[in-house]
Amino acid sequence: MIEMMLTTALVLFALAIAIALYRIISGPSIPDRVVAMDMIVVNLISGIAVVSVLLKTKAFLEVILILGILAFISTIALSKFIERGVIIERKRDG
Amino acid sequence: MNVSEMDEFIGAFLILIGGIISVISAMGIIRFPDVYTRAHAATKSTTLGVLLSLVGAFIYIWMTENYISVRLVLGIVFVFITAPVSGHLIIRAAYRSKVNMTEDTVEDELKAILDKQTEVH
Repeated sequence: MIEMMLTTALVLFALAIAIALYRIISGPSIPDRVVAMDMIVVNLISGIAVVSVLLKTKAFLEVILILGILAFISTIALSKFIERGVIIERKRDG
Repeated sequence: MNVSEMDEFIGAFLILIGGIISVISAMGIIRFPDVYTRAHAATKSTTLGVLLSLVGAFIYIWMTENYISVRLVLGIVFVFITAPVSGHLIIRAAYRSKVNMTEDTVEDELKAILDKQTEVH
């Protein structure tokens, strides 16, 4: 019963990722696609948590932290690129 | 059903609720009309779904293996702090790069303030 609940949750996260993938393909603007990318990574984090519970291992828990940090940094870099056109600004001359 | 099975059931139930909330927010991301309402659906309810599923996994691992996973707690805190910040930043970039709102919008209070600022400078 518990295994069936976990498998159902995994299927639901995969369904959410598929729907967000549709938004990435057909999104009218770039911020739509960035929002859907953020949502895909967040669903991937919870999918990894469910997989590590299903396989009864603790080895995948670092992956959750690293994916969270990578999603945050990439969203910040993309939003700065959309807003200003550059990601890392240069120092102004004198 | 003895006590340890009950605890495992609580963890699996939280994970299942998180999955259902994630699917609901994914429905929001395809049905809402413009990027601002879509980000409203994506940042709030997806964060709730992932927090519920991570708390469920934490409880499950704690009860079955008697192991308190500090990495999982750090992941919960990090997602909880950074998800609203990234939603705010991407919506600010969308507004500044003039992504259109839906036609149902009745009032745009930020536009008047931004126009006044550009007049002063």
